[in-house]
Order: sequence, then structure tokens, then C-alpha cells
Amino acid sequence: MAEVLEKESTKEELIDKVPKEPLFSKKNRKLLSDPMNDDNPITVQVLGICSALAITVKLYPALVMSVSVLFVMAAGNVIVSLMRNLIPNRIRIIVQLVVVASLVALVDQVLKAFAYDVSKELSVFVGLIITNCIIMGRLEAFALGNGVWKSFLDGIGNAFGYAWILLAVSFFRELLGSGTLFGYQVIPDSWYIANGGFYSNNGFMLLPPMALITVGIIIWVQRSRNTKLIED
Amino acid sequence: MKALHNFVEGKIKPNFEEGAKLEKLWPVYDGLYTFLFVPGHTAHSGAHIRDGIDLKRTMNTVITALIPCLLFGMWNVGYHHYNALGMDVTFFDQFLFGAIKVIPMVIVSYGVGLGIEFLFCVLKGHQIEEGYLVTGMLIPLIMPVDLPLWMLALSVIFAVVIGKEVFGGTGMNIFNPALLARAFAFFAYPTWMSGDKVWINTDVAEGQAVVDGFSGATILGDLATTGATSYSAFEAFLGLIPGSVGETSTLLIIAGAGLLIFTGIGSWKIMLSGVIGGATMGVIFNLVAPYAISPEQQAFMAVPFWQQLIFGGFAFGIVFMATDPVSGSQTEKGKWVYGFLIGFFAIMIRVFNPAYPEGIMLAILFMNTMAPLIDHYVVEANIKKRQKRLELKTAGA
Repeated sequence: MAEVLEKESTKEELIDKVPKEPLFSKKNRKLLSDPMNDDNPITVQVLGICSALAITVKLYPALVMSVSVLFVMAAGNVIVSLMRNLIPNRIRIIVQLVVVASLVALVDQVLKAFAYDVSKELSVFVGLIITNCIIMGRLEAFALGNGVWKSFLDGIGNAFGYAWILLAVSFFRELLGSGTLFGYQVIPDSWYIANGGFYSNNGFMLLPPMALITVGIIIWVQRSRNTKLIED
Repeated sequence: MKALHNFVEGKIKPNFEEGAKLEKLWPVYDGLYTFLFVPGHTAHSGAHIRDGIDLKRTMNTVITALIPCLLFGMWNVGYHHYNALGMDVTFFDQFLFGAIKVIPMVIVSYGVGLGIEFLFCVLKGHQIEEGYLVTGMLIPLIMPVDLPLWMLALSVIFAVVIGKEVFGGTGMNIFNPALLARAFAFFAYPTWMSGDKVWINTDVAEGQAVVDGFSGATILGDLATTGATSYSAFEAFLGLIPGSVGETSTLLIIAGAGLLIFTGIGSWKIMLSGVIGGATMGVIFNLVAPYAISPEQQAFMAVPFWQQLIFGGFAFGIVFMATDPVSGSQTEKGKWVYGFLIGFFAIMIRVFNPAYPEGIMLAILFMNTMAPLIDHYVVEANIKKRQKRLELKTAGA
């Protein structure tokens, strides 16, 4: 008995001895910064491509989508991380799905209440956040095995990594495809052929293939700057 | 000539060699040198028996085959322009007008395309390849004459960068770059690439006017909207019809095809099977025409199958673009399947979808993606056949 007690006490001591990590230690900062570049969910992990193709025609819906994903990812990661020791391994996917689905339902209702037009424009893609591979991927790969704070940072980091690609793609698509940014006319009206100018919007930019090509170009630029991402 | 060569070797070459000032521009020097003179490379060991034909001669042959189409296209542009204005002018005036319209397109296509190609070779330190020579000639020939030059330039940039350079340059592309340029322009600026406004230039000067009842629609445009056309099949065969610059004259395309087949540069299998494929679909449409859903479509389906082959860009695509050795099928059996399906789909798309009258473009691009698959199955089938033969032999022994 005494021996056992002794052992337990040493265990506690050991745990106490682990130095407390500061909130924004180098490791934690990396959780935030890695998804922006080296471990970007879209350009490196190649997840969440569908939504990147579908809702990047205009900047505003892309922004709304990014914010929704930010919320769902951060909250989802925190909740799953809190429950990680209670979830039986065999049904973990379904539990994650329930968590994500309820968060997405929440987002959907909020959007319908306060931004009805955008919610109509995003239509089915809000609901499809549930199947956004980035979210499930981070829950599986990170939140299930890490503490709450770290999971929160990871969720935020990945959501921002997703968001900047989405916004970059939609910036080019809206500018070149519609001549506007956030709905405001950027290219002068007098440039257009209809008004005696020479310019015409590029209709191809409004089609999904061009979104794929834009993402491809971003990947190209990223890999030529960051050579360690190049495989073999 | 010798003096010039010595001058280049002695005075210009050292500037580009390793360690010299313009070392980075070596690919540019090398590309121009081998284009204007002769490649200076010789084999280092062993004897190599092969044909002296290289990429440059291949390209030059194709360009030679294209020149009749180009010249005819220039004249055709002028012919339709003055017809639309109801003016009776000499042959020379017609040709001159067309040349003034078409030559800038050729210059832009070559200038922009070669510029990008040179830029990439310098950046990557590659040797300059002459893959763009044919593409640069094809692009202006498959565009409508009224396409603004900056749109043309943008399409060329897209085709060369996204169609070719990202895959590793000449010989690595999966799509035909010229068709990619056209597809880009078609989807990006549909109002400039289809309809009845762009095929005939109707710029009017002081005191001129377009004649009454003028229609600038192509045959396929007419057929898709009304089911009838005012051009006769003979005119279509000669090329006296509106259309992209170089695609109209089936007669001259056949002449070009003759040169390509004679020199062995274009695959006759692809051309023949393409024509068979197009004719097959045409015959099928002729047979099912009575059951069409709308009267326009019925009229379009009822067009005699041989006329489908001389309308639009079908002949041009089959001869000059389906036979592209890089993006097409490589195996001999595969070429039959590849060509047949191009012809088959081209006619199918143009009849079923009036929004895309130029089915040949989409058909070729689609079959470009399928070519490796076709080759794969041909090779697999061959392996299987030989394995069976081997088994029989060993069983017999």
C-alpha cells in the first residue's frame, strides 16, 4: 500500500513539474501561423476545394463563408476537444458530425435572420460546411488529441488559412469577372466597349474552372517561393 | 553568310557564355542561333542513324500547309467586308483589306506567345523550343476577325502559360494550346466569339453603309437558330462563307492535309477516322431527324451528312489540330479510336447544343484528355494478347 501511494505521489509531482506553457508560446503561435502558408488547408492539404470553387465569384459571399467557417471550426474544435476523453473511439465520427451539424445549423439560422440575401446566394453551401473536409480533418487530426486552448488556436489558424485563399481567389474573380469589388464598380464605366471604351469583363472568371486555375496559380507561386513544399 | 556566321560566333556568342555578362539570356541566344543557322551539336559517341528531320522542320512543314488557308482567309475577310457594304472592288483591294486586318493578329499572336516562351526559358534556364511556331500561326486562323487584339493577346498568354508552361513546356502539354486559346476566348468573351456580329468586319468609313438585309451569321449559326442557311454547299467547300479567319476553305484545308500526309507529319489515320466519325454521326442524325423535338433542330439534323463535314471548323480542326502529335493518341490503334470519337462528338455537340456551334473545339479538347486513356487500353490489350500467345506456346512445348 505504501509503495503504491508513494508512486502516485511521484506521478503527481511529475505532472506538477511540467512547466506551464505560456498562452502564446512559440509552439502555439505556430499553430496559428502554419496554416497560413506551410500547412495551408487549401493549397497544401488540398481540402475544402469544393467551396473554394463554388462561392468565390464575389467577395462578399466569400467573406461571409469565411466567417461562418471560422466560427464553426473554432467552436467545433473547442467542443470536441472538451469531450475528447468521453467519446468512445468507435463512434467518434458520428459524434463529431453531430457537433459540427448543430453548429452549422446555428450559423445557417443566424445568416437567414440577419443576412438573408447572402444566405440565399450561398444556398446549399452553408449546409455543406458540415462536409467541409477541413473541419472534419482538423477535428480528427487535432482536436481529438489536444487540449482546449491548442485546439482553439488550431481551429482559428486553419480557418484563417482557408479564408485568405478564399478571399484572394474571389478578389481576382470579382475584379476581372465583374469589374467590381464587394459590389462597388472598380473598373471605370467609360472603359467598357458599350460606353465607347475597349474593355470587357472576362466571363470565364465567373465559371468554376477559372477558380480552380486561380487556386492552381496560387499553389504554383507558393511552391516556387517555398521550395520545401515540393515533393520528390 | 560565312562572314556573318564568323561575326556571330566571334563577337556575339562570348557575351552569352557561362560567366559572361548576358549569361542569363543564353536560351534566347541559343534559340535564335539554332533557328537562323544550324544546331551546332554533334553526337559524342557511337553512330546514330536517323532521319534528319527535327522539330523545326516538322513545324515549318505544318506552317507551309497552313499558308494557303492564311492567304485565302485574308482575301475572304476583305471579300465579305466589301460584300456587306455592297461595294464592288478589285481582288487586290479585297486582299489588302483582309491583310490589314489579319496580319496584326498574326503579329500579336507570335509576339506575345514567343515573348512568354522566351521569358520562361530564361527564368528556368531551358533551351528554347520551337513549339510555339505552329501554335502561333493556328491561333489567328481560328479566331473571328473582329476579336480585339488585347483579347487575342490574353488568350495567347493563357494558352502558353496554363496550357503549356505549367506542364513543363513544349511536348508536355495535355491540351492543344491553340484550341485552349480559342476555348479561353470563347468562354471569357462569348459576345466576341459567337453570334452574328463578329465574323464579318463591317467597319464603315464616311459615306459607306451596310447593305439592307445583311446577315453576318455563319452557316452553323444560321442552322442553329433557323434551320436554314443562304450559303450553298459549293460555296462552303470553296470557303466563300463567314467564319474564323482560316477555317472556311475546305478545299485548301484538303490541300494542306495532302502535304501533311505526304510528308508523314500529320497522321492520316486520325484524319480519316475523324471524317468517318463525323459522317457516322451525320448519318445517324439524318436517320433520326423526323423524331427531332423542334423544327429547327429537325432541319439541322436533316442536313446531309457530307455537308456537315464542310461547314464550320470541322475540317480545319480534324486536319490541323486533332493530328497534334503531342496531345493526341500515340498508339496506332488508339489513333483510330481517337479520331473517330473527335468527329463523332464534334457533330453531336454542334447539333445538340446550339449555344456551342463550334463542336469541333470542344470535341478535340475532350478527346485530348481521353487520349492517354485510349493509349493505356491499347497497350494493355497488346500485353494481354502477347501473354496469351506466350502461354499457348509454353503449353504446347
